Amino acid sequence: MRQSLIHWFKYGSPQSFYPLAGRMIPWFWAAAALFGIAGLWISFFVAPTDAQQGEGYRIIFVHVPASWMSMFIYLVMAFWAGLGLALNTRVSAMMAQALAPTGALMAALSLLTGAFWGKPMWGTWWVWDARLTSELILFFLYLGFMALQAAIDDPRRADKAGAILALVGVVNIPIIYFSVKWWNTLHQGSTINLTKAPSMAQTMLWGMLLMALAFWMYSIAVALMRVRAIILERERHTEWVKHAVE
Amino acid sequence: MSAFLATVRRDLLLALRRKSEVLTAVFFFVIVTSLFPLGIGPEPVLLKKIAPGILWVAALLATLLGLPRLFAADHGDGTLEQMALSPSPLGLLVAGKILAHWLLCGLPLVLLAPVLGLQFDLDASALGILTLALLLGTPLLSLIGAIGAALTLGVRGGGVLLALLVLPLYIPALIFGAGAVEAHIAGLEVGGHLSLLAAMLVLAAFFAPWATTAALRIALE
Amino acid sequence: MQWNSVGEFLAMGGYALYVWGSFGACLVLMVVEPFLASRRLREVRRSLIRERLADELESQQRTQ
Repeated sequence: MRQSLIHWFKYGSPQSFYPLAGRMIPWFWAAAALFGIAGLWISFFVAPTDAQQGEGYRIIFVHVPASWMSMFIYLVMAFWAGLGLALNTRVSAMMAQALAPTGALMAALSLLTGAFWGKPMWGTWWVWDARLTSELILFFLYLGFMALQAAIDDPRRADKAGAILALVGVVNIPIIYFSVKWWNTLHQGSTINLTKAPSMAQTMLWGMLLMALAFWMYSIAVALMRVRAIILERERHTEWVKHAVE
Repeated sequence: MSAFLATVRRDLLLALRRKSEVLTAVFFFVIVTSLFPLGIGPEPVLLKKIAPGILWVAALLATLLGLPRLFAADHGDGTLEQMALSPSPLGLLVAGKILAHWLLCGLPLVLLAPVLGLQFDLDASALGILTLALLLGTPLLSLIGAIGAALTLGVRGGGVLLALLVLPLYIPALIFGAGAVEAHIAGLEVGGHLSLLAAMLVLAAFFAPWATTAALRIALE
Repeated sequence: MQWNSVGEFLAMGGYALYVWGSFGACLVLMVVEPFLASRRLREVRRSLIRERLADELESQQRTQ
């Protein structure tokens, strides 16, 4: 027990995490590619045409995974940031920093594909739908986190300030989501359910799950790539970094 | 408790010596709300419809104006470090500073709102709800804003960054605050809106000084 | 399989712009982001290598 705990803490140091991340990246890319190919196959060749929405509904195969990932990454980011704040582990704070741009990208993709969904289905590029509005606010929260970290020169202070902001954000996200939903029901009355057709819920769910797994593996791979760069940038004056780049 | 009251008193006295800073936020609130009818047109039905949203957004921005100064002066002259080292808990002193900020930047808005509401053709009961909602909402804005002010303390581009951090977190207050007045105008029950605002205020009163203190300690390191 | 021809597949039942726009945007951004991340890593490695070479050169000159 004690041994394994020490084992985990070992990877909490940038020196041993850097090569470990380097070894893991290709595996996550491979997994992302496999899940992506399978997911795309289901989205375009297995899932049948929807009776009401025609072929346009296929957008959900990227829209829903992007939305899921944008929310999930915020939670993971806040977890690493909080861990960094509580245990003072540098790698977890760096991981939080590396995840933020990917989370923002997912939120942006969710908004973009939401617009592509809205134009043919609702007749406009943007609807003040509860989900889209919350996604927009989530995008702002990511931007705030990245802007705060970029504005503080001392990396240790940036880590801690970012952690507090991320935790405040996590507490607020449910409140924001609930209030936007409340606001939406007051002003519009009805929300359109993206996953309405029950007859093909099974294939659709599989497609979405596979695509979500692909997005997940992609996010891990790209965050690990970024965390490697961050480790080298921050630890550039240490002895091990000089030997790490041969 | 005496340390808390002493902090409130001190901040109020300091602000009274530099009145212009307090008045700026109030004038901003008045001018912004008066600009909207000029931009949109004086049609009473339309004005009545947009009044809650405009008054609330203007209140949000006016509160934001005073936030960068919340800790900046004390940080600049070293008072904040003294506070962190003092025997009374920093959280209590921070809560006192937040209360003083609300008394200076929030309360004037609450008192002015009924007068400004008249410009938008709101009737007496709607004005009452607006004032009540702002009375519950503006302390919430000060509490949440204090976290942002502490996080951006001494950071370059602090003012704009503060707006970026804090405004998304203000959205629930905006929705329920403006929503209460809108619901009242539409003839609906407003108790739900107001009690949710109150619940958020209690939650923020409990957590925000704590988070602000943590952020200030990081800034002071 | 519900597609009879490549053209039909590409037309997406009249939703081509929206479907291919969505999938295309995802593809483009998911290619650009890893590219930017790997460029960042390459750049910091290059500058570290340059720094080390400069150090080595300096120490060589000192021994001579």
